[in-house]
Amino acid sequence: MAETSVAHAHEMHEHGHADEAQLWEGGKEPFKASYGKLMMWYFLLSDAFTFAGFLIAYGALRFSMPTWPEPDFVFASFPFVKAHWPLIFVTFMTFVLIFSSVTMVRAVQEGHRENQRGVVFWMLMTILGGATFLGSQAYEWTTLIVKENMTVSQNPFGRHIADGVYLNNDGTEAKRPDGAPLEFHKGESYLLHIHDGRVEGLAFHDLSQPGEKMIQHEGSKIKYTTGPYAGQIREAEMGPKAFGALFFFITGFHGFHVFSGVLFLTIIMINAASGLYAARRNGYEMVEKMGLYWHFVDLVWVFVFLVFYLL
Amino acid sequence: MAGHQTYEEQKALVFRGLLLLGAITIVEVLVALLAKGHLIHSVKFTEGFGHYLYMLLMIGFSLYKAYFIIFFFMHMAYEVRGLAISVLLPTALLVWAIIAFFQEGSSWGARRELIKEKNEELVKTPAKQPQGFLLPGIFKRDRG
Repeated sequence: MAETSVAHAHEMHEHGHADEAQLWEGGKEPFKASYGKLMMWYFLLSDAFTFAGFLIAYGALRFSMPTWPEPDFVFASFPFVKAHWPLIFVTFMTFVLIFSSVTMVRAVQEGHRENQRGVVFWMLMTILGGATFLGSQAYEWTTLIVKENMTVSQNPFGRHIADGVYLNNDGTEAKRPDGAPLEFHKGESYLLHIHDGRVEGLAFHDLSQPGEKMIQHEGSKIKYTTGPYAGQIREAEMGPKAFGALFFFITGFHGFHVFSGVLFLTIIMINAASGLYAARRNGYEMVEKMGLYWHFVDLVWVFVFLVFYLL
Repeated sequence: MAGHQTYEEQKALVFRGLLLLGAITIVEVLVALLAKGHLIHSVKFTEGFGHYLYMLLMIGFSLYKAYFIIFFFMHMAYEVRGLAISVLLPTALLVWAIIAFFQEGSSWGARRELIKEKNEELVKTPAKQPQGFLLPGIFKRDRG
């Protein structure tokens, strides 16, 4: 059966000149891209759907919750700086990725010119950028896990659902040094201090006057003055669990892409340095394919940055 | 590939890309800090129309960054049209996914109390017999 159809196709090939215009016989690339490059594009398309699925899940869960942590309150630490610097560290991380993307473009360009030294140099710069990003992410995760006690199943970053006032441990209303009550408003964020699994106090941003200050408060009881719980004394609640799980899963998945990217960049840089791609005389196509992957990692970060830190 | 530009032009493109992406990122962060009230104490866009405008602006900036990376850093602008379409067109499905799942999420959020109520109702009055099983006897024995 198979033999006859092969024979038939062969016959068509030999005699069917009219069909030649329609049938693709291989060899000529319809998209003028090699198999490897084309498949890299399709892999990236499928990976884009994976990331989009995760980010859409983040959005859907966020919409389903009554409150959600404020990114500029959660992501505000910076190495060696005690002050509250909202979003500055992630901006640095974004710049690291942009720079490493630019050095990757340079590596691909040097590859087209068959300049081996240039390829190796710019790939090395890209690897350094990727490693810096991973180190920054390690710092960010460590701060959140060790200092702020956020895990995949626990999120101490809460947000008030109504106005009210903070209470001291003995049940009296907390006061500012000038005697005014320590109030909070709907939508304001707080961070619960957890020690040995117990909530011992909280920290919040004093937004009542310019030059915002972080206030550390003993005790975690609050009294609402508006909203459904008006007049009730309640324990300040943990924020939605899903936030921690989504944060570590999605940025972890992206970080894993960066990590495997750094590994492959290293392998390809060593190959390039050994003269393997120079011998192939195809304009360092492997570097170009790696470039596609590396830019994609940067592209995904654009959306992770948007969804987690900006919106 | 890339025979469409001189080496100098290519290097200029890289420099322009760096400036463009860096500038957009800085503007994004400045607008975010302003909108959330960190730059000017009395100015804040966290509710209502201002917040929608803020979100649209951020999404717009991000989409432009994505366009620039795909078309110039990844060279999609210089690929054959068919390749570009076969990679980019399927992402249109995401428009549906975003609408459907965000709708689902907000509906879940709006009916959170009702869902909680219904879940508790089920626990109070369990079904007498498992429904839809062909061999209900097995379950009777299990209950002793």
